[in-house]
Amino acid sequence: MSDLTEPAVLTNSYNLPDAKGRFGDFGGLYVPETLMPLVLELTQAWEDAKKDESFWAEYHSLLKFFVGRPSPLYFAERLTDYYGGAKIYFKREELNHTGAHKINNCIGQILLAKRMGRTRIIAETGAGQHGVASATVCARFDLPCVVYMGALDVERQKPNVFRMNLLGATVNPVTAGNGTLKDAMNEALRDWVTNVHDTYYMIGTAAGMHPYPEMVRDFQAVIGKETRTQIMEQEGRLPDAIIAAVGGGSNAIGIFHPFIDDENVKLIGVEAAGHGLDVYNGHAASLTGGRPGVLHGNRTYLLQDDDGQILEGHSISAGLDYPGIGPEHAHLFDIGRARYVSTTDTEALEAFQLTSRLEGIIPALECSHALARVGEVAKDVGKGGIVVLNLSGRGDKDIFTVANAIGQTMSGM
Amino acid sequence: MSISRIDARFAKLKAENKAAFVAYIMAGDPDVEASFHVLKGLPAAGADIIELGFPFSDPMAEGPTIQLAAERSLKSGTKMAHVFDLIKRFRALDQDTPLILMGYMNPVENMGYERFAKTASDAGADGVIVVDCPPEEADGLTDALDANDMALIRLATPTTDDNRLKTLLKRTKGFVYYVSVAGVTGVKEANADSVKDAVARVQKASGLPVVVGFGIKAPEAAAAIARVADGSVVGSVLVDDIKNSLPEKAPVNTKVLETAAILAHAVHTARL
Repeated sequence: MSDLTEPAVLTNSYNLPDAKGRFGDFGGLYVPETLMPLVLELTQAWEDAKKDESFWAEYHSLLKFFVGRPSPLYFAERLTDYYGGAKIYFKREELNHTGAHKINNCIGQILLAKRMGRTRIIAETGAGQHGVASATVCARFDLPCVVYMGALDVERQKPNVFRMNLLGATVNPVTAGNGTLKDAMNEALRDWVTNVHDTYYMIGTAAGMHPYPEMVRDFQAVIGKETRTQIMEQEGRLPDAIIAAVGGGSNAIGIFHPFIDDENVKLIGVEAAGHGLDVYNGHAASLTGGRPGVLHGNRTYLLQDDDGQILEGHSISAGLDYPGIGPEHAHLFDIGRARYVSTTDTEALEAFQLTSRLEGIIPALECSHALARVGEVAKDVGKGGIVVLNLSGRGDKDIFTVANAIGQTMSGM
Repeated sequence: MSISRIDARFAKLKAENKAAFVAYIMAGDPDVEASFHVLKGLPAAGADIIELGFPFSDPMAEGPTIQLAAERSLKSGTKMAHVFDLIKRFRALDQDTPLILMGYMNPVENMGYERFAKTASDAGADGVIVVDCPPEEADGLTDALDANDMALIRLATPTTDDNRLKTLLKRTKGFVYYVSVAGVTGVKEANADSVKDAVARVQKASGLPVVVGFGIKAPEAAAAIARVADGSVVGSVLVDDIKNSLPEKAPVNTKVLETAAILAHAVHTARL
């Protein structure tokens, strides 16, 4: 980690995606023809950057001095005692600048956008964490930033809207559909197809068309690489299990990917079960409650009706409220390398409060979904074992949603 | 029939030195029955080719007009089965006007390529445009369409260079659709001068007729395009007429078919 020129790109034995951007049956390049030349140009620019040591040197330098990496790997002692199973560690991504893992990816992509000579950045956001991270790097690099955000999300994530505005970004509320993340992504794609000559689309998760799933993963893999080094320093061995929440799946793939070859390390992704997996259109669990299809440039598992129309889905967490999932997760699910479980809104709210009280850490609602399952995993692994949970974001942004959900008011705030 | 229906239509127009007037409407907008009344009236209004949209919940290349048409269609309960049924009923009345399905990949994936191609062909469709299916991802779908004598119509755009054009035109049949502006449907205005060279380039590379769409609204603009291309596609203006007729109790098809007739006349007389 002290080596600032170390390439972030990690090869392992499975070495996907292939040249067509496929992870097994998933991924690919399903975009309108107007965008094809841009996407192919982006792929070439990414391939060039990947091999350029100076690119990675700048990326690592920014991660160290601007983002504050490495993030600590923290022994969650009280939560460990509470469950009485394996030792639980938190990878503290919530301590990053802007309060979540999203900034790791934005640092990488803004450097790529500059390299490509783009002069305008667009982004989509759900919970607002990626929007804030995008606005942050755009301020730092002096580029105009337009963030598309579902109107419902604008309403439930007001603090982040205010942050984006402070950072100089324009937030465009999207009223189409249900006004959530998928609608914001549609609108960002419409902007890109209209402003092809100057605009860089900064996708916030490891989904969408090739090369985004690979690129975002490689920018987020710093999480897993640090975790490897840190757990070896602190415990002298690799963990027995790693658990992370999945919406699009960038924080999860970031911590999973450097461990894919370590077959003794269980990888567990936690999807949002919303009102329950048995409630039609009432959850956002694409893997455990959906089936394969094509949306937003890639083939992956989707929430869809019998006729192939995309469902809106539901989660209390705006960051997980998306009807698809990154194609690499779809592949890991299909080959059984990672296991995917789910957490309801109610369980996530309980875990949110429990972690706040026991650990003195207010977690984001997104990673509260992983926190709700970590006790079972710790018990399953058993005493003497080690579980690492990716604490991907802090929960300050969620206090209004949580207060509302648990029936408390925060008058005066 | 099928691909030969497209070829026959362009041959006839060429013999008359006319460009094609290509009319787009969304199946099931505002509901299946009303859209059938628009569809069946289009040939008499002068449409030479019909593009029939099939609705998708997330139409990422559409402007607001066609997004809302898809929403109206889905809200009224339109399924793919209704779309094929519309085509079947249309074919019972008209055996000569080519009908091209236009939409997005997921409803096609959901049916499976084989079943989609066979069902569409059996109903009487002649080709399909899948907006988010570039040549890189099209092999399976093209195989299925070939087996059913249907054309996969390709979109060429202002961002398509000569190299890309070669990739794009592989395995394409019927005609090529030139997207006149970089953008979504129905927002920017097309300009005949700026598309003239591009159309000639695509005609030369493909050896196929080239129609132009995405930003054509006024009859004058449709006529100007008809002078430099093999056809003018109009969609959003017609869809707007359908939308605007909704608060009235007048039949949905009255205004849209009047507009279609005016546009068709402008296109058909453009080269006189």
